[in-house]
Amino acid sequence: MSSVMPGPPAAPPLPGPPIRWQTARVLAIHDETPRTKTFRLRLPHRTRHMAGQYFVLRLTAPDGYTASRAYSLSSPPEGPDGSTMIDLTVELLDDGEVSTYLHEVVQPGDELEVRGPIGAFFAWDGHGPALLVAGGSGISPLMAMLRLARNTARPDLVRLLVSVRGPGDLYFADELPGPETTVIYTRTAPPGDPRGVGRLTPSDIAPLVRGGETVFVCGSTGFADAATTALLAAGVPTHLIRVERFGPSG
Amino acid sequence: MPGTTRGFLGRSRAERDPRLPPGQYDARDDWPVLHAEATPRITTDRWTFTVEGLVDEPTTWTWAQMHALAPSRYAGDIHCVTTWSKLGMTFDGVSVDTLLAAARPQPPATHVVAFSHTGYTTNLPLADVTDGKAWVVWDAEGTALTAEHGGPARLLVPHLYFWKSAKWVAGLRLLDHDDPGFWERNGYHDRGDPWLEQRYRGD
Repeated sequence: MSSVMPGPPAAPPLPGPPIRWQTARVLAIHDETPRTKTFRLRLPHRTRHMAGQYFVLRLTAPDGYTASRAYSLSSPPEGPDGSTMIDLTVELLDDGEVSTYLHEVVQPGDELEVRGPIGAFFAWDGHGPALLVAGGSGISPLMAMLRLARNTARPDLVRLLVSVRGPGDLYFADELPGPETTVIYTRTAPPGDPRGVGRLTPSDIAPLVRGGETVFVCGSTGFADAATTALLAAGVPTHLIRVERFGPSG
Repeated sequence: MPGTTRGFLGRSRAERDPRLPPGQYDARDDWPVLHAEATPRITTDRWTFTVEGLVDEPTTWTWAQMHALAPSRYAGDIHCVTTWSKLGMTFDGVSVDTLLAAARPQPPATHVVAFSHTGYTTNLPLADVTDGKAWVVWDAEGTALTAEHGGPARLLVPHLYFWKSAKWVAGLRLLDHDDPGFWERNGYHDRGDPWLEQRYRGD
């Protein structure tokens, strides 16, 4: 058919074992921004995940009512056997049933039900060049990829661009800076930032494209579409672009 | 029954709509957009829909040919695995029954793979797309389906989670076995019944 487009790439893994619920313990809670916290959880079972995957978290009320949401892992994979510690980065949403509970009630020592990892499509295996393009909170799964590259002494494999409203909206602000990362600001820039403020444009993306790399885009639908348009304009083929859109999730 | 979460009471259940399957919330005016590829722009002059595989008459329809078929409407709810639902939607298009009647499935056919113009795939038992349970639709709420929501036309299988309702649908392939599709190979459930909360592998 002439209208077939290059589609979702990569041979996905075949179905594996069931993805079971685990009861994790909250080890630590870290403020990323005034509206975002990272929850470090200890899992009862070693679990292998790839950078970019997510876990589902489930809350259960005394009458059996449950509410579940998916949260990206910002922690990198560790060790050949996997890890017993994961970081879930959670933005507080207005009227968000689950995010409000996590931000206002959960303390270290609490138990939370989780399962995963899920999402082998939006995942980087640590090999081969990758361009990471994040809008705001979309940086969480891409941070796992940046951390993997740095932990394996291959930061040269990745380039990361993150777009935020202002300096106070940047997650992982202490850890992020490096020759492989670029921050752009849409509303308020730090004094002396030569770019100034403004939404993502093709001229922000073009200098980062090397050719042949896999591109991971994560952000709101509007951001994802703007980034995709800029990537296509820079000559990146559709089949190398993977997109994770953040809709409202509460 | 999972253990309870300390200090979690949840929203008031008094206001919970009985049309919401377990674990779902009413997205009301939002219609979240979730797909893993760049949004393709497919023009109707290039759009086709094909039924192939275990059928007596493999058939391809153009946009105009599809619109000449008997129209069919779905009025009801849709449910996304990411926990949003939209209640009381209307979609217009044609029934998959109409398309299968033309292509004539062969007796060994038990499953279908829906495939998209992007290469996306999703698998379904044949019984889940027959007897008035599935459509190919191009209008939502009375207006043309936008590209973000799968336009010009998408599959609609509203009794299953919405990843089964393939956006930018290009056709159905009938098989004598189940063949996991894109999300199903990435940890999602093979069938995806929202009332049984069949979200992920093993549910």
